[in-house]
Amino acid sequence: MFKLFAHIGKYILLLGSTLSRPEKPSMYLKEVFRQIYEIGIGSLGIVAIISTFMGAVTAVQFGTQLLEIGFIPMWWMGTILRDSMVLELAPTITALLLAGKVGSSISTELGTMRISEQIDALEIMGVNTPTYLILPKIIGALVIMPILIIASCFLGILGGLLAGMLSGFFHPSEFAKGLQDDFDPHYFEIMFIKSIVFAFIITSISCYQGYNVKGGALELGQASTRAVVFSNIVIIIANYIIAQMFL
Amino acid sequence: MIEIENVKKSFDGQEILKGISSVFEDGKCNLIIGKSGSGKTVLVKCIIGLFEPEAGHIFYDGRDLTEMNFKEKKKIRNEIGMLFQGNALFTSLSVEENVRFPLDMFTDQTLAEKKERVNFCLSRVNLEGVNDKYPSEISGGMMKRVGIARAIVLNPKYLFCDEPNSGLDPRTAIVIDQLIREITQEYQMTTIVNTHDMNSVMGIGDHVVYLHEGHNHWEGSNKEILNTKNKELYDFIFASDFLKKLKEQTD
Ligand SMILES: Nc1ncnc2c1ncn2[C@@H]1O[C@H](COP(=O)(O)OP(=O)(O)OP(=O)(O)O)[C@@H](O)[C@H]1O
Ligand SMILES: [Mg+2]
Repeated sequence: MFKLFAHIGKYILLLGSTLSRPEKPSMYLKEVFRQIYEIGIGSLGIVAIISTFMGAVTAVQFGTQLLEIGFIPMWWMGTILRDSMVLELAPTITALLLAGKVGSSISTELGTMRISEQIDALEIMGVNTPTYLILPKIIGALVIMPILIIASCFLGILGGLLAGMLSGFFHPSEFAKGLQDDFDPHYFEIMFIKSIVFAFIITSISCYQGYNVKGGALELGQASTRAVVFSNIVIIIANYIIAQMFL
Repeated sequence: MIEIENVKKSFDGQEILKGISSVFEDGKCNLIIGKSGSGKTVLVKCIIGLFEPEAGHIFYDGRDLTEMNFKEKKKIRNEIGMLFQGNALFTSLSVEENVRFPLDMFTDQTLAEKKERVNFCLSRVNLEGVNDKYPSEISGGMMKRVGIARAIVLNPKYLFCDEPNSGLDPRTAIVIDQLIREITQEYQMTTIVNTHDMNSVMGIGDHVVYLHEGHNHWEGSNKEILNTKNKELYDFIFASDFLKKLKEQTD
């Protein structure tokens, strides 16, 4: 327990030390764009596949249940799918997915730099390494992850539409009616808040784990695993807190 | 000139440096020698401020590193070039980008100016035509040279080389040693080199500090070292029976 508090303290200190004036803003900007590219393009494919099928499965399952119940109109499926994608599936599942993909790659990158003394080399040149190595990753993720999550949301709804049509649950015009019915923009705000919070959780935790690696290849692997596991746990807890606060 | 006074450092209760004092002058190759594990790397990391010593002072031309705040330390660091024992090249950058990195970060030169400086430094270490290769694509000796080129690209006042020729063949090792000596004299840098290679000691050791069990056990020039009466140093230098016999014969 004491160790946990020590880690939280060190984590906050590390994040605090990222907030210093960059030596050369253009170098930092370049890093931000590199991160946006790597996280964005690197994850788009997997996010697209998972989201489409997530929407499809949700549609098929709800469709089957609605048919069994019988008296609920099928156009409701558009509404159900929309709300579950926007509120929960797109932000949370995408974040858990990215925690695995982005989190492990960030912690491995920083951990390798630590073990091979590249961070020391930067430090000796006079570079403020937390600012140079961590801040661009956090900013990059804050920019690109909400976009990935919005994409996930659209693709999920599209997947639901296709699967529902294939199973003959509804006509596209019915689905469209359901999508527009009783639309609450507040839900979109919640999705946006979630994606920002989750992006911060994933990158900051993975950076902390990678930046503080000590030892060799074994410890590097452990740090990368910890980055993913802790990110996942914190995301789930934050998800609950956000739901409590804003719904 | 770098002066260190009574520098102490321990890890987990084990004292590695038990109070080291010495003076490292400009334009000279200052060598720190000692067995593997004697604390050479730890001492250099204390001097450059990567490790914080528990006691002692480190003066860079009179400026005490141990008393500096973050900003003052940063300024000193812009005057330091360092070749790490494991090179510490940036693996995601090409050779040219590695050497250019300090220029990109700390100067406002145009790309053409930076390229010229990079090519000058690479030619200075006899390394041409590998600008676009990545560290994983070049040999160990080439990596050392890239490391040196990166260390000198900002014209440092202080140059640190941790085992610059470990893992190199004797000929390349001599080339690297001579290179370090040339640039040290040319730019009147304060150069500190860690080594356990007796060839380097005899070749470039203007001033040699012998670390043993946490103390600087012996200090002097390479002219004096062969006639040492210090038993530990004698055993260190004449580690092989072959050398010992040779020495006894010439005596
Ligand atoms: N970060 C560290 N944490 C704990 N102990 C360390 C650390 N760095 C070095 N040591 C210990 O300090 C001692 C000296 O290590 P150092 O790397 O300075 O040796 P060295 O003289 O450079 O050896 P070599 O010639 O093999 O490079 C070793 O016993 C090592 O275990
Ligand atoms: Mg060493």
